[in-house]
Amino acid sequence: MQWEIVIGLEVHTQLSTQSKIFSGASTAYGAAPNTQACVIDLALPGVLPVLNKGAVERAIKFGLSVGAKINSPSIFARKNYFYPDLPKGYQISQYELPVVQGGSIKIEVDGIEKTIRLTRAHLEEDAGKSLHEDFHGMSGIDLNRAGTPLLEIVSEPDLRSSAEAVAYAKTLHSLVRWIGICDGNMQEGSFRCDANVSVRPRGQEKFGTRCEIKNLNSFRFLEKAIDYEARRQIDILEDGGAIRQETRLYDANKDETRTMRTKEDANDYRYFPDPDLLPLEISPDWIGHIASSLPELPQVREDRYVSELSLTAYDAAVLTSSREIADYFEATVRVLPTQAKLCANWIMGDVMAQLNKEGIEIPACPIQPDSLAALLTRISDGTISGKAAKAVFESLWHGELNKDVDAIIAAKGLKQISDDGAIDKIIDQVLQANPQQVADYRNGKEKAFNSLVGQIMKATQGKANPAQVHAILKKKLEQ
Amino acid sequence: MNTLFNASLEQLSTQLAGKKISSTELTTEFLKRIQQLNPEYNAFITVNEEMSLAQAQAADKLLASGKANALTGIPIAQKDIFCAKGWLTTCGSKMLSNFVSPYDAGVIERFNQTGSVNLGKTNMDEFAMGSSNETSYYGVVRNPWDRLAVPGGSSGGAACAVAARLAPAATGTDTGGSIRQPAALCGISGIKPTYGLVSRYGMIAFASSLDQGGPMAKSAEDLALLLNVMVGFDPRDSTSLQRDIEDYTRDLQKPLNGLRIGLPKEYFAEGMSKDVEMAIENALNEYRKLGAQTVEVTLPNTPLSIPVYYVLAPAEASSNLSRFDGVRYGYRAESYGDLGDMYRKTRAQGFGPEVKRRILIGTYVLSHGYYDAYYIKAQKLRRLIAQDFTDAYKQCDIIMGPTTPTVAFNVGEKSGDPIQMYLSDIYTSAANLTGLPAMSIPVGFGDQHRPVGLHIIGNYFREAQMLNVAHQYQQTTDWHQQSPL
Repeated sequence: MQWEIVIGLEVHTQLSTQSKIFSGASTAYGAAPNTQACVIDLALPGVLPVLNKGAVERAIKFGLSVGAKINSPSIFARKNYFYPDLPKGYQISQYELPVVQGGSIKIEVDGIEKTIRLTRAHLEEDAGKSLHEDFHGMSGIDLNRAGTPLLEIVSEPDLRSSAEAVAYAKTLHSLVRWIGICDGNMQEGSFRCDANVSVRPRGQEKFGTRCEIKNLNSFRFLEKAIDYEARRQIDILEDGGAIRQETRLYDANKDETRTMRTKEDANDYRYFPDPDLLPLEISPDWIGHIASSLPELPQVREDRYVSELSLTAYDAAVLTSSREIADYFEATVRVLPTQAKLCANWIMGDVMAQLNKEGIEIPACPIQPDSLAALLTRISDGTISGKAAKAVFESLWHGELNKDVDAIIAAKGLKQISDDGAIDKIIDQVLQANPQQVADYRNGKEKAFNSLVGQIMKATQGKANPAQVHAILKKKLEQ
Repeated sequence: MNTLFNASLEQLSTQLAGKKISSTELTTEFLKRIQQLNPEYNAFITVNEEMSLAQAQAADKLLASGKANALTGIPIAQKDIFCAKGWLTTCGSKMLSNFVSPYDAGVIERFNQTGSVNLGKTNMDEFAMGSSNETSYYGVVRNPWDRLAVPGGSSGGAACAVAARLAPAATGTDTGGSIRQPAALCGISGIKPTYGLVSRYGMIAFASSLDQGGPMAKSAEDLALLLNVMVGFDPRDSTSLQRDIEDYTRDLQKPLNGLRIGLPKEYFAEGMSKDVEMAIENALNEYRKLGAQTVEVTLPNTPLSIPVYYVLAPAEASSNLSRFDGVRYGYRAESYGDLGDMYRKTRAQGFGPEVKRRILIGTYVLSHGYYDAYYIKAQKLRRLIAQDFTDAYKQCDIIMGPTTPTVAFNVGEKSGDPIQMYLSDIYTSAANLTGLPAMSIPVGFGDQHRPVGLHIIGNYFREAQMLNVAHQYQQTTDWHQQSPL
């Protein structure tokens, strides 16, 4: 039988606010345990939550960037359960009326574009952390993370393969960083996925019974967990078994998923509107203000690079894979509006390669876009050759001569010879010295031409403008 | 008895300002009286002479510097539901029997800023759940008018302290009548302001959408001075209202000519005992003499108040009390097995039976499959109850009736019958469900010479008018000046 995999993702993105969603404590990562938990985070008797507007603003940003509806009012609800790292005995979340409803995200897998619908995105607070090691049979609780703002983004079950799920997660990951609402740091847990996976015979409309795999914090684990889980379910069904609805955990070491809890022992969370928080009203003015501050979205920019700058779809996609790269490209091309392809090639080539080699991100790139543009200007106006440009790039990278491109060119003597008379003279000398190759060429041996070019370049120490050399040489040989 | 103990807040303030007495002396007098009489009444859970006197000394400096306010140097008894920095704050529960608050509630902060003295923490029903002060882990409080009777609850310690003149004034909180019912039963005055006027920050939550702090004192005039301190926007409480500052004493002297008093026919029907009815009728006659007229109004959804209240309040409470889990502070069972066992034993041992009953009810009404039938339905009915009052206020300026259906009952009389106990709040819970301001003032005595309270329900933000109405009555009567001792 042919099986179809059906996947929906719930992604928890940690919002990049300075303080927590309902208290003034800092959200900075990595502090000593319980040093960033104030009386509110500790849920002392009598404390009350006050909503952080910055978290709402980020949720609205997200909603606007995926074409969703911004609900006003939306309602905060209490999700009640007991756990030591949940100080109040309930998590403040949103249930019936989330702040963001609907919307969609476009993904591309193997060149095929697909639209994934979003169900909703809601604001909630994170729990603390239980530490089970180093306490001699007891558990430690670190409440630094308690109250950290999260936006839980829930997709419709529109994904049909682990590749689609990964493409969706990556697109989402890029988007939330692009619009500046989440740092996307997966090691620190700023972007975590839960996957709802089911299978059904191809052609069947009814969904199969789903299992939820919790806390997948890398794209690779997401892919492997879904593949494993789909295989597990298909095996059960092909053996005549039935899938039990449950929550599962992915064990990366064993590359398998295993039962965490079944539907029977699922909590009854007793959601109800939090009486400590008023319904969240969002005025059209506020939405308008946020909309006007929203950066150009990646999809829009990608399309523009193809239509206006005539880049290939591939180049446009790579350059818009992160806001930082796109902004870098944008700043470079602003100086050289007619040389978009040249800018793209250098950024995707030399710049990226060097960044990778040194393990740094583009914001830390020692060559600023204006320096790169100055360098590329000297290529396009024929001052230096592409090969010489690589040497200048090296110097720029290491900060030589105050990163002054022209000074570097002068100091290294890399200026091309573009004077027709000078090139003419050198070509004549080379032709005289190599009569055999001249004859070969005239007898139809095309290769001889390149050999002559090589000789000429060698004679000029690579400084002759190759285009001019080509043109003049050709003219002379065909005289 | 020393006249200090019967003095009004204004009189005390004048004496302090005129250097007739210092705050330290005044505080010492009250502390001595508490030491002498509290064993009899059990009105205070915590008295801390050192901390109170330190505040009194600071107040004396303030008084000497001429920077004093109306309540500077006056000792105020604080209900043990308000977190006060450095004070044991138990909420009447074993669960918090070891909890010393590291922070001040909004209300405590405001009293501290004005320079008044925290005289001690008053007894209360456990987590404010009760109408008799019998559910306190710290034992029952006695009614100073009759030691066989309950003082009412949950602010029973506060009402007792004011009635027995152990404190010039006190704070209370009111979720279903917890200021007004004990005020009525102890023959004192108390007001629950409009929901959102008094900060709930640091006031240990029972039912968040119903809880409201307020003052308890001998007279309406004293209440006005206390409200001037207690009311104010607090950005730490999202339900706190941002409004212009009011002087609640401003209308005290207004004549009542033309005041239309609405008498809901549902409040004057069966259920009210004869002795209460007689005292209320006398009070209404007094109001007619003062120039007010009475009109009959109807609040048809009155019978729904108690059932709606006993769905919503426990629902919120079941969630609010989840934080008392033995993990971070408060009581934890001494021995236990795994985590679940720690939770079970801690909560089984730390909470009393009434609190457990309400957690169970609340958990039930929020459960999957019951939520719509109970919680959602109750919320809808809550809006109907509010609509009743909106309609009634088209015909009257203020609503009156009895605060309680009977005078104080005996200790132990209703503690075995929760339904009977819950009916003590039959007239009071609507003000919490609607958020309306409501107060109780003493208007005489019923059977066994136990006090009767008149319930005054105002429209939203009409506290100044209510205090005027109460004050004018207290200018021509002296029930509020009578003391049991």
